Amino acid sequence: MSCTTYGHPGNGVPFYVLMLLIIEQILNGLQLGVTLFLMSAGLTLIFGIMQVINLAHGSFYMIGAYVGATVTARSGSFLLGLLAALPAAALVGMLVEAIVLRRLYKKDHVDQVLATFGLIMFFNELTRIIWGRQPLFMDVPAWLSGTVEIIPGIPYPSYRIAVIGVGLLVALFLYLMFAHTRIGMQIRAGASNREMAGALGINIKLIYTLVFGLGTLLAGLAGMMAGPILAVESGMGESILILTFVVIVIGGIGSVRGAFIGALLVGMVDTLGRAFMPAFFRLFLPTAHADGVAASIASMSIYILMAIILVWRPKGLLPAHA
Amino acid sequence: MKKLFMVLVLFVLLLPSTTWATKPVKIGMVTTLSTKAGYLGEEVRDGFKLAIAQEEGKLGGVPVELLVEDDGRDPGKAKQIADRFMKRDDVKIMTGLIFSNVAIAVVPKVVRSDVLYISPNAGPSALAGKGCNKNYFNVAYQNDNLDEVVGKYVNEAGFKNVYLLAPNYPAGKDHLAGFKRYYKGAIAGEVYTKLGQSDYAPEIAALRDAKPDGVFFFLPGGMGINFIKQFSQAGLNKTIPVFGPAFSFDERLLGAVGAAALGVKNGSQWTHDLDVPANRQFVAAFREAYGRTPTLYASQGYEAARLIGSALKSVEGDVSKLDALRAALRKADFESVRGDFAFAANQHPVQNLYIREVVEDGAGGYTNKTLKTVFTAHSNAYVDACKMD
Repeated sequence: MSCTTYGHPGNGVPFYVLMLLIIEQILNGLQLGVTLFLMSAGLTLIFGIMQVINLAHGSFYMIGAYVGATVTARSGSFLLGLLAALPAAALVGMLVEAIVLRRLYKKDHVDQVLATFGLIMFFNELTRIIWGRQPLFMDVPAWLSGTVEIIPGIPYPSYRIAVIGVGLLVALFLYLMFAHTRIGMQIRAGASNREMAGALGINIKLIYTLVFGLGTLLAGLAGMMAGPILAVESGMGESILILTFVVIVIGGIGSVRGAFIGALLVGMVDTLGRAFMPAFFRLFLPTAHADGVAASIASMSIYILMAIILVWRPKGLLPAHA
Repeated sequence: MKKLFMVLVLFVLLLPSTTWATKPVKIGMVTTLSTKAGYLGEEVRDGFKLAIAQEEGKLGGVPVELLVEDDGRDPGKAKQIADRFMKRDDVKIMTGLIFSNVAIAVVPKVVRSDVLYISPNAGPSALAGKGCNKNYFNVAYQNDNLDEVVGKYVNEAGFKNVYLLAPNYPAGKDHLAGFKRYYKGAIAGEVYTKLGQSDYAPEIAALRDAKPDGVFFFLPGGMGINFIKQFSQAGLNKTIPVFGPAFSFDERLLGAVGAAALGVKNGSQWTHDLDVPANRQFVAAFREAYGRTPTLYASQGYEAARLIGSALKSVEGDVSKLDALRAALRKADFESVRGDFAFAANQHPVQNLYIREVVEDGAGGYTNKTLKTVFTAHSNAYVDACKMD
C-alpha cells in the first residue's frame, strides 16, 4: 500500500480542466435527475391523488425496459421498441389499477404496502419465467451511438444528451398539460382535494385510471431509456424505486413541479457527491482512508439532503396539499 | 383475510411431504435462484444435475437425491434452509452457496454439526484461513485467486498506472487486495462505489481525468454490465484496456453486454475451451442437455458433484463413515474438467489460473478464449493461517 501513488482530480490540475470536469459531472447529474423525474412524476401523482403507496412502480420501469429491449432486438429498431414499451407499461399499469389497486383505496397504508410489495415479487418472477434469469442486452441506437464534444475536449455520450433532452421535453409537456388543459386541471383538483373534486362532478374513477396509466407510461419510458445504459434484469426497478421515493418526499407528495425540483436536486447531489467527495476528503485524510470514508458519505448524501429538507419543510419543497 | 389464511394453511398441509424413508444419499443444495443473481445458482444447479443425469441418478455409483432450495441471497433464509436440511432431512453432505457473505453465515454451523460442506463458488478468506475446517471443502477457488491472476498478468504486461474500482463492501476490498498482491505498479485511483449502483457516469468521468493506462474492476453481475456498457459509450474502451476477474464476463452476462466487452482480458480457473478430455466431454454434454454454453459456475457445480461422487464411491454410499468420506474428498480422486486438480492443506484448490479474452463466438454472440496460463498449480494466500485439527 505504501508504495502506491494516487492521482486526484483537483490537485495540480489547471483550473479550466477542473471546471470542464465539473460541467461534465453536472451533465451526469442532470441525466440522473431527469430519469428520476420520469419515475417520480407518476409516483407522486398516484400517491397524491389516489393516496396509494405503490411500491410496484419500479416494476413498470422494468416492464418498459424488458418490452423495449425485446422489440428492439427483434425488429432492429429502437423507435419501434419505444413504441411498444410505452403502451405496454401503461396497459399493464391500468390493468393493475383495475384489478388490484381499486380494492385498496379504502384500506390503510399497511395493506397497500403489502399488496404492492407482492406485486413486485410477482412481476420479478414473471420476467424470470418469460425471459429467463440472465439479463437482456440492449444497445444504443446507431444514430445515437458515439460521443459529441459539447464541452470542448470532453467527449460526452450522445445517448445521454438525448436522455436529458427527452426528460426535459416530458417535463415541459407535463407542465403544459397541468397548467393549460382541462384534464390537467381536473387531476390537480383531485390531488388537492378529491372529495371536493368528486362533488363538483369530476369522474374520479376515470381520473384514477388515467393517472395510473400516465404514471406507469412515464415509468416505462424511463425504463426503456435506461435499457441501453443499464443491465436489463429482473429486479432492476427496485434500485431506482428508493431514489424515487426520496425524490417525492423532498419535492412534496402530489406535486409534479416538486418532483421535478426534487429529482434534479437528488440527481445533482448524488452525482456531485460521488464525483468530488473523494477529492474533498483527501485534503485532510490519508488517501486510502479517504476513499472509504468518501464512498460511505457519498452514498448517504441524498438521505442527509432529505433529512435536512424535511426538518426545514416537513411537507417537502412544494406540497400539493399546502 | 381469515378465509385466505385458511386456504393457505390447507394448501401447505396438502403439499406432498418430501420426507420419504429411502436409500439414496441426500445432498442438500442451498443456492441462489431468485434475485438478480439467480442465474448463478441456476448454472451451479444445472452443472450438478448434469453429473447426476450422466450416471442416471447416481454419483460414484451410489444413488443420490438432490434437494435444492433457493436462499434468495439472504443469509438468514439460507441458515434456516440449512437447518431444515440437517434436522428434517438428515442431510450429511451440503453444497450450493453462491455468495461469500451467505457462506460465512451458514458454513460454520454446518461443519460444526459434522456435516460436510463442498463449496461450488463462494471462497471467502474467512473460511480459508483461521476459519478453515476439516469438514469444509472448496472445489472452485479461493476468492482472491481470480484477482491474483489478473494482477500478475497486468504486472507482467508492463502496466504502470492502473485504476481500481469495486463496490464498497467487504468482498470488494478483498478482491482489490487480491489484485494488489501481484500488481506492483502505481495506482491511479481506488474507487469504492455503492453496492448495487447502476449509473457509473461520475466515476467514469473521474477515471478519464486520472489518465490511467489500465482499469481493473470487480463489479459482479448487473453492476459490471452497467459499467462496461457505459465505459464503452463514453468512448474509453478504445484507449484504456479493461481487466477484471471472470465474474463480470461469464457467457450469460456477455450476452447482455454485447460488443462493449470485446477484447477485455479476465482471469479464471476454467474456460469451456480448455483442452482436457474431461472438459470436452462436459462442455458437449452440457450444451446438449441445456442448449447453451456452460459458464464457469456450471463447471464448478459439475466438479462439486463429481468430487462428491468420488468420495461416495470409496465408502460405497455409507455416509455415516464421516472420517473415511472426508479422507476420500481430500484425495480429490476425480477427473477434473480443469485437468490437474488437488486440494491445498486448507482444502481449497491447487490449480492453474488463466487469462482469457472476450471474443466473438462466430454465431453473433460473445464468448471467452483462453489466452495464457499465468499460474500453474497455484494455491492461496491463506494456507499458513489455517490450523486444522
